[in-house]
Amino acid sequence: MAKNKKIYFDYAATTPLDGSVLRKMLPYLKENYGNPSSVHKFGRDAAEAIDIARGETAKFLGCKETEIIFTGSATESDNLAIKGLIKALRKQKRAGEKIHIITSQIEHKAVLETCKELEKEGVRVTYLPVGADGIINLEDLEAEILPETDLVSIMYANNETGAIQPIKEIGRLIKKINENKEHRVYFHSDAVQAANWLDCRVDELGVDLMTLSAHKIYGPKGVGLLYVRQSTPLHPLITGGGQEWKLRAGTENVAGIVGLGEAIRQIKNQKSKFKFIASLRDKLVADVLIMIPGSKLNGPTNSNQKLPNIANFSFRGVEGEAMVLALDQEGIAVSTGSACTSQELTPSHVLIAMGRSELEAHASLRISLGKYSTKAEINYFLKVFPAIIERLRKISGR
Amino acid sequence: MYNKKVIEHFAHPKFFGKIKDPDIIGRAGNPRCGDLLTLYLKIDKKTQKIKDIKFETLGCAAAIAASDMICQLAINKTLEEAIKISFQDVSEELGVLPPLKIHCAQLVTEALRDAINNYQPDS
Repeated sequence: MAKNKKIYFDYAATTPLDGSVLRKMLPYLKENYGNPSSVHKFGRDAAEAIDIARGETAKFLGCKETEIIFTGSATESDNLAIKGLIKALRKQKRAGEKIHIITSQIEHKAVLETCKELEKEGVRVTYLPVGADGIINLEDLEAEILPETDLVSIMYANNETGAIQPIKEIGRLIKKINENKEHRVYFHSDAVQAANWLDCRVDELGVDLMTLSAHKIYGPKGVGLLYVRQSTPLHPLITGGGQEWKLRAGTENVAGIVGLGEAIRQIKNQKSKFKFIASLRDKLVADVLIMIPGSKLNGPTNSNQKLPNIANFSFRGVEGEAMVLALDQEGIAVSTGSACTSQELTPSHVLIAMGRSELEAHASLRISLGKYSTKAEINYFLKVFPAIIERLRKISGR
Repeated sequence: MYNKKVIEHFAHPKFFGKIKDPDIIGRAGNPRCGDLLTLYLKIDKKTQKIKDIKFETLGCAAAIAASDMICQLAINKTLEEAIKISFQDVSEELGVLPPLKIHCAQLVTEALRDAINNYQPDS
């Protein structure tokens, strides 16, 4: 094993906690331990900290502070958005009236599994296909929107390939359709992967519901948020003390929320960071494709259609987990869409939806960069990786 | 997730490769699960012992380690003895595979049985 080498190329899985975010959080794990619901000074201090975080978030999203619900994770936010909306709409509907959700085949499991749960309860769900580039087609979406359609849930950018979905265009389309429609189509987007890089102002995007996570933006784990446009029907999934506008009960994770607020405040200069990370990614992609015969890039080829930090490849004659482990022995942390690292035996649903074969999906490797990534790290990867592929191909005989 | 022994057999397998003129070949796996495995065997006609065995495996670390282990367990055994090697034997010799990876041990025993069942002593 390479001594002391530690290269983290898995920022899409989670990001390290930024030191300055941690410093803001620490007082709320120590001396400022008040319950924000309490009337006394301890409580007021905690409540004020949450207000500040909510203010930062509202600024970032270009929304009202009352439109933000802090949750325990992005998964919870996705659940609240989808189940909470459908639950509320059910109350408004006549008996027997249809419920219809449109989502895509490449969503995060937090959305897909939630939709599958609702299907068991009689909700009809349409899973939109994607092209070979991993992007949905607007016309496909338009064709699926029917009078009974209640919700469209499409992620902002995909976590495996970085493919950016046409969220602004979808927002405009839904707005237009809603002008002539008896009941509204609501629009939810999981923006977890996009937040570091893309415009997240909700009015620009035209979303009614949007999910963010703290731990993908150098904040702590265990805290997410859901943006809920004013007058969007929503039923809580967790009931109790009435926190978060009665939409998410439970004593607030004060330090976590403070961390989320600070992490959001630090998302600045998106464009220049985008450019630098994209240049690292472009070098990585170009060199890998040249150095390693039998390699393929998964995802959009056009730079404008993908996040700057994710590169997803498939390599002939190797299996993903074996690559991940071999790279780990060289001190490099990456991930794969192979089934061999998941609880299921089927490989990446995202790559399969893009028309990749099962073998190609098993042979996939995702490298995701972040704000601490350097050119030297890319070079080190490029130095050790070809030999790993060569060795694994010798073992596979392919 | 993996113990040192699995990692060792994954990182430095001793039995990988082809045998040019094998007496029997055994195969297992499918593209769906992502594991494809071929075993090549040389048999001593007189003693019915496996005198050489090699594997080619497209698969995860556990599949590669289990392939190496079944070769190690099978070499110098008679076919009669070798067919009795169970997936538990493979798993235990590797210091027990994680539950999700037990199918890798099953896969390699399948391949060995496939090979032995293909054996025609007169050929």
